Amino acid sequence: MLVVEGLSKRFGGFLAVDRISFEVRQGEILGLIGPNGSGKTTTFNLIAGNLRPTAGSIRLDGAEIGGLPAYAICHRGIARTFQIPRPFHKLSLLENVALAAFYGEMKGISRAEAERRARQALDLVGLPSDPSTRTAGLGAAALKKLELARALATRPRLLLADESLGGLDAAEMEQAADLLGSLRSRMGITIIWVEHIMGVLMRIVDRVIVLDHGEKIFEGAPAQAAVDPRVVEVYLGKT
Amino acid sequence: MSRLGASAFALAALAAVLPAAGPAYFLHLLIQILIWASVYTAWALMGRFGFVSFGHGAFVGVGAYVPALLWNYFGLTPWVGIPAGIALAILVAVVIGYPCFRLRVVGHYFALVTLALSQVVLLTLVAAREITGGSLGFTPKAAGHSWYALQFPEKTYFYVIALMLWLLALSVWRWIDGGINREALEAISEDEDAAAAIGIDVLREKLRITVLSAALTALGGAIYGQYMMYLNPESVSGIAVSLQIVFAAIAGGVYSLLGPTVGALLTISLTEGLRVWFGVTFIGAANTIYGALLVLCIIFMPQGIVGTLRRAMAARAPKAAAAD
Repeated sequence: MLVVEGLSKRFGGFLAVDRISFEVRQGEILGLIGPNGSGKTTTFNLIAGNLRPTAGSIRLDGAEIGGLPAYAICHRGIARTFQIPRPFHKLSLLENVALAAFYGEMKGISRAEAERRARQALDLVGLPSDPSTRTAGLGAAALKKLELARALATRPRLLLADESLGGLDAAEMEQAADLLGSLRSRMGITIIWVEHIMGVLMRIVDRVIVLDHGEKIFEGAPAQAAVDPRVVEVYLGKT
Repeated sequence: MSRLGASAFALAALAAVLPAAGPAYFLHLLIQILIWASVYTAWALMGRFGFVSFGHGAFVGVGAYVPALLWNYFGLTPWVGIPAGIALAILVAVVIGYPCFRLRVVGHYFALVTLALSQVVLLTLVAAREITGGSLGFTPKAAGHSWYALQFPEKTYFYVIALMLWLLALSVWRWIDGGINREALEAISEDEDAAAAIGIDVLREKLRITVLSAALTALGGAIYGQYMMYLNPESVSGIAVSLQIVFAAIAGGVYSLLGPTVGALLTISLTEGLRVWFGVTFIGAANTIYGALLVLCIIFMPQGIVGTLRRAMAARAPKAAAAD
């Protein structure tokens, strides 16, 4: 459904992403891993429209979307979460998500309908959906869930989940991983999942892509990645 | 909300009987307060979302000068001239707003760009003195009592016009406040990237509120010009007017419907009161006291006067209920 070809991003003299190509198939969960500074988040920002590619193409169901603004990418059915949650503190929890439901598709739904969808999304991730809950005082796990609920409320076909589990404890991590897995099975959402923590990710994803210094060094099954010499070298250092 | 509506209605009713109550000078003050309250409310449409424009003096100036110039040179009625002035103000707003919003000029930088804008309009008016009269000002050709020229020597006419303008400004404020656009703009004011990520066209939303604010401000400028029958670049454009708008709106409170109106009431009566009181002794003392009071207001009441009062009342209400 998403085809990335020769994608590059240069910041001044620094090549953050270097001619990456990969494909995301309908209904799969693709893991995108790599050490810090390997270009994972930059790749995400390029797909989500937060950055313009220096070169290369990004096609969604055959249509070029590279370089479109972020809101237009969202309207085409790609939603993202941010590595560090970015809630709107001036709005209530429900308003945060209802806003996403209202603007996410640009189909002119009513406010009541937007709130209904927002409640659904909040229920799905396990957050309270009463109108009085504020974002202030929510813990790290709840804020991650809010990011996810807000992305889901835009009714995406493809979800870009950016390091969804950083800052959570082991139990919360397992729970969140299961949630991502259930999104695919229950709602048919295709997912690209960027993650530092390889353990949980390996259990859920169908395939992984490993980046290092902006280049793709591995693509394949999670089990193979764990034994691939280049991946091991990048993660554990030369032996 | 309905309580706010009721208080607005009560104020309007009070306003309707006021002109009969006092001397002409009093009515003159009231008209000015209503016109400037509309302009401050127009500014607050943007200002409340942190889009702090120091350029609204430019829109007042454009709105005031365009119909007056068209009337004197082409005999064109203000009924056409005022929309023309509003259209030019919208054009200016888009020409400044589009690149600013596109290039993410926000916060202090946006304030600086708009500050320059208000001075550009002032300098243009001064430089084109062959046409505008420059610093000496500009007087529309008098036509007596005329609907065609929108000129009325009787103050009551302008009182009603100013009252309608003010009610229009309040309704626009209410309309924005009640819509989902308000939430989108709140989201944008907090985090433009996160807002764009959920499908909000940040550029379009910001341009829309800017255009609305500029248009309403220009209309206020036009009515002010028609009423005063004398335009001066210093009194309807430039940094001084922009600063007056920003300070009064913030002092009154930009997050409440009647905040900017209270700001206008306060600043205009204060300026006039101090001016009358000091007269020609201690030249400058009036302005110094005025400035000091504004600074104190802004430091100690960041929510504005109305916002602070509302908070104090909200804090007292549960206590009163508990005492029952």
